[in-house]
Amino acid sequence: MVLNNIEKLLEKYENGDTSLKEEQALKNYFSQETVAPHLEVYKPMFAYFSVSKQEQFTKDLPLKTKKVFTYRWIAVAAVAVLVVMVYFKKPAVSTYQEYAYGTYNNPEDAFNEVTKQLAMISNHFNKGVSTVNYLEEVNKGTGTLGYLNEIGNATSIIFKK
Amino acid sequence: MTQTEFLNIVMPFKDKVFRLAKRLLVSTEEAEDATQEVLLKLWSNKTKIEDYKNVEAFSMTMTKNFCFDKLKSKQAQNLKIVHNNYEDGQTPLQKQIELNDSVHWVAKIIEDLPEQQKLVIQLRDIEAYNLDEIAKMLDMNNTAVRVALSRARKTIREKLTSTHNYGVK
Repeated sequence: MVLNNIEKLLEKYENGDTSLKEEQALKNYFSQETVAPHLEVYKPMFAYFSVSKQEQFTKDLPLKTKKVFTYRWIAVAAVAVLVVMVYFKKPAVSTYQEYAYGTYNNPEDAFNEVTKQLAMISNHFNKGVSTVNYLEEVNKGTGTLGYLNEIGNATSIIFKK
Repeated sequence: MTQTEFLNIVMPFKDKVFRLAKRLLVSTEEAEDATQEVLLKLWSNKTKIEDYKNVEAFSMTMTKNFCFDKLKSKQAQNLKIVHNNYEDGQTPLQKQIELNDSVHWVAKIIEDLPEQQKLVIQLRDIEAYNLDEIAKMLDMNNTAVRVALSRARKTIREKLTSTHNYGVK
């Protein structure tokens, strides 16, 4: 490369008018061992540009996001639950009628059974009510407290005098 | 979209995203976090990725905005940490230091540039995007990009010259 040419390019370079190709030519020129002494100043500049370009990003990227992971396992779990449900549901399907209408096929039997149950409930209920009868005692107690009025009468007589 | 498809889209420009983040945030760790964040955001919106006209340009814009947010955040304002990327023990030879020294000077000079110019230099001189792409990424017009670029280049050259001549002239 002719020195004259380089000087021209440098001037263009400083005005920001060089093309990328011309800049590459400059970089090549200044990467040589020997450079014209008055252009020595530019050498570290271009050397720095080339060196900086070599730097690399070495940290690794944790791209496996947590989101993807959980979704996949939720899908697996859902399928497993479905399979288990289908497996256990099968025997129930054959006795479906039994579940739907109860265990009594004859309405009379059902009526008898219901009466029996209701009788039992009322029996227990009466038992409960009978225990509440003790509350009568409280009324009796308050009746006897009526005697206290007598004391009141007596004191009123005393104070009147 | 599967992981592999996503990686195929992202892989070619992930380093560019990282370098842009590092240019703005300086610290390697911060830049790594930012890159991760940007790529994960892309991944979580992967259903929309087909709608983007240019995923790369879109990601670069995203990175720029993310880094600005980071810089503006309370965290960054409460605590001023000077990020140093500590090199490990392998002591380089004196000669290497001397050679590297002026290269580091360039890094320092770029660090002092205004944010806009920093971005433009990064995208043009390091990543070699064309002006239209840069204009789109940074939401500027073409001329503004060229002006910023020209100013940045001139500043770098002037500062380099003055450090070179320091104590000599």
